[in-house]
Amino acid sequence: MDDDTGTSTPAPVLAVRGLTKRYPGVLALDGMDLEVRPHEVVGLIGENGAGKSTLLKSLVGLARPDAGSIAVRGETVRLRGVAHAASVGIGMVFQEQSLVPNITVAENIMLGSEGAGVRGGLFRWKRMAELAQVQLDKIGSAVSPRARTDSLTFAQRQMVEVAKVLALEERTAHEPVVLLDEPTSVLERDEVETLFAQVRRLRERASVVFVSHRLDEVLEISDRVYVLRNGRVVAEVNPAEVDATDLHHLLIGRESTHSHYHDDAQQEAAGEVRLSVRDLQTAGCDKVSFEIHVGEVLGVAGVQGSGREELCRALFGAVPRARGQVLLDGKRVKLDSPRGAVLAGIGYVPSERRTEGVVSAMSVKENLSMAHVGAVCRGPMIDGRREHDLVDKWVSRLGIRTPSGDTRIGTLSGGNQQKVVLARWMISDHLRLLILDHPTRGLDVGAKSEVYELIRELAASGCAVLLLSDTLEEALAMSHRVLVMKDGQVTACLDAPRGAKPDPVAIMEAMV
Amino acid sequence: MAADATPHAPPRSLEPAPLAGAPAPGAGGDGDKGNGTAASTALPGRARVSRNADVVQTWASLIALGVLVVVFAAISPQFRTLGNLQQIIDAAAVLAVLATGITFVLLLGAIDLSLPGVIGACAMTVSLLVANSRNDNDLGLLGVGLTIGLGAMFGLLSGVLSTRLRIPTFMTTLGMSAIGIGIATILFGGSRPVVLDENLNAWATSRIGGFTLMSLIAVAAVATGWAIQRWTRVGRYAAAIGGGEDIVALSGVSVARYKALAFGVAGAFYGLGAVMVTARLGSGVVEAGAGLDFAAITAAVIGGTLLSGGRGGVLQSMIGVVALTVLANGLILTGVSPYVQQAVQGVIVVLAVAVAVWPVRHRLGVVK
Repeated sequence: MDDDTGTSTPAPVLAVRGLTKRYPGVLALDGMDLEVRPHEVVGLIGENGAGKSTLLKSLVGLARPDAGSIAVRGETVRLRGVAHAASVGIGMVFQEQSLVPNITVAENIMLGSEGAGVRGGLFRWKRMAELAQVQLDKIGSAVSPRARTDSLTFAQRQMVEVAKVLALEERTAHEPVVLLDEPTSVLERDEVETLFAQVRRLRERASVVFVSHRLDEVLEISDRVYVLRNGRVVAEVNPAEVDATDLHHLLIGRESTHSHYHDDAQQEAAGEVRLSVRDLQTAGCDKVSFEIHVGEVLGVAGVQGSGREELCRALFGAVPRARGQVLLDGKRVKLDSPRGAVLAGIGYVPSERRTEGVVSAMSVKENLSMAHVGAVCRGPMIDGRREHDLVDKWVSRLGIRTPSGDTRIGTLSGGNQQKVVLARWMISDHLRLLILDHPTRGLDVGAKSEVYELIRELAASGCAVLLLSDTLEEALAMSHRVLVMKDGQVTACLDAPRGAKPDPVAIMEAMV
Repeated sequence: MAADATPHAPPRSLEPAPLAGAPAPGAGGDGDKGNGTAASTALPGRARVSRNADVVQTWASLIALGVLVVVFAAISPQFRTLGNLQQIIDAAAVLAVLATGITFVLLLGAIDLSLPGVIGACAMTVSLLVANSRNDNDLGLLGVGLTIGLGAMFGLLSGVLSTRLRIPTFMTTLGMSAIGIGIATILFGGSRPVVLDENLNAWATSRIGGFTLMSLIAVAAVATGWAIQRWTRVGRYAAAIGGGEDIVALSGVSVARYKALAFGVAGAFYGLGAVMVTARLGSGVVEAGAGLDFAAITAAVIGGTLLSGGRGGVLQSMIGVVALTVLANGLILTGVSPYVQQAVQGVIVVLAVAVAVWPVRHRLGVVK
């Protein structure tokens, strides 16, 4: 394809028109339009849930859009999978590393399309290494194709992934479109520089779509930036003409504050400290210190990789080798097991409801009494009547819509499942701290509102709540204070009293 | 008993108090990378652990084997004779072939319990295809070839059932074993076929350079297995699938196909193993494979093949085979009761697995 330096807009390599994808309860893509032109780096930014990952998945055939079209070099395609996407020249470097660790670099680069590297069913290792070297040379990587992949550093592996995607060229006779999904999230600053140098080199022979939570990086590397919100493109900007603050405004949007957060129910937090964390250190968290007061909701804001997920898992004792001083009502808590955390009065509502929150093959009753079976036991036996009474009480108190306590929880709606998970912790009189990891993820508006109401009630009853939100808006509306994390460290802590919530832009600035 | 909220234990101090400003201690002795920020070096460090674990495990197996040899050699003069070496190799022959086969399945991260049934069916088949006391067949080597093919079919069937119907391999292969025993029992039909094929019987009896023909066939089979693992797609992809099945699938490889093929390769080796057992026994026996599934898995694991897949290989499994055989041989020569011997083997396999997963125990998550 011709090198284009002129002012006329060249025909797009990739054109997305009206792309729509609905998941149960969520409209992930809502008529998205965008295009990628030859030899440019297109930046994509958006909050969690803005539709970035669904878009990328659709572009490599891992999600089937419900409506709209994807055209590659003017031809509409219905992508059936990664292999098909690769055959038309679209390749993706996945956010989570997608190299097999126990095989060589050359094998990873050529995986599934060894070409001349395998003849007559036999691997020709020398040829494999040469072919892989061609790809590595394209990005100037010094990694040996014969090295075992798990002997490389993360940055080196990221390069190998790019080389792997570049190998597409050999198969399509066209210049490929390379999708980079959060390629910098695990890299150090100097590694990012190296990657950027490679991306600029890559632009000579491909088009690049660059997705990142880090706005400064997107502005630095991209030729054009699309801002996504709620499944659509809300702005297309030229990085030379905007600054990070403009982007923050675009990201957050203007419509906000609904009554469904039950703002009026926010009560003053008490003075005494419930939880005090000093120098918490774990993989992804670097010397994090903060306090939560009795009856307070502390929101934790941060992008993916900020360390906030690790923080809440560590507080629940679910991360090995977490260190630091954690005091609950002045008493030390050991972070060595979830069991210890439960005994100390800490509850945890995980973000992955279906795999970590509920056991879907078990009944509502069993799921509800799971963490405090002791409360319904008489001696070593579970007392059926007591359990039954307890479950009935909570089902009616929280308005859980279920035919009976014996119904399989998997058959309930997400909102009702989540209420069972919340009830699991609320049945304990000793609950002192509840950690909520994306408690409203995947819930519809009505269910969300009910969950918010429960959180308000809990806080009013004196329980301290640590809240990781899906959106910044939610964190602001629900919290008394918002802790902002970035790259494993606390970068800000803002007061968010009722009626005087801080400006989301300020938080966004501390996040990215 | 109500779950008490207050921990009564006196507040024990958190062990390594983090020192402000001090460099983070590397995660478990692997940190030779310069300490940048503590948080981000943790990830590459983890990869390094698994890399090291591979090498450490192979050396650990070799050292364990060395220790066994030294101990037995010190206790028993009989142990340190050339004759005993030939005996050990001969005794290891069948297990070596079976362990080679099962390695391909274990590399996938799958399990294969079909061995007793497949061996039973194949043993009966070969004894009825070569010259025997029951019928007029005299297919000779062709019969051996057909039997190996039958083994491969069994393996392929296990693989296809597991991948197409999405049944755990644990279950399909257990069922396949029962099917194999059933077929073997039908073939047995009440009277045991005695092998009259001189060439086949010679596998166990005739020697070249003091080694039985069977030992040499086993060595050739192991070499073939190693070549398959190193140079063919099924071998390489088996390891890759064990290392990251999703990734392999996302690269456009038909994972189901190569899984089934890996089971097929394993089955072919079981077929050969059945022929060897039959040659040794001199007749077709339904229970020829009893207990060999446990022995083969044990051997592979002792050699450093990880049951969760992706780690180990044919040569590593051979370390395990020799170690197990030396153990059995040494226990006999040093006069340990045969009743105790089996228990000793059991203890050793549990220890071997514990040692193998030790470096990666934090990452294993839920163990089922």
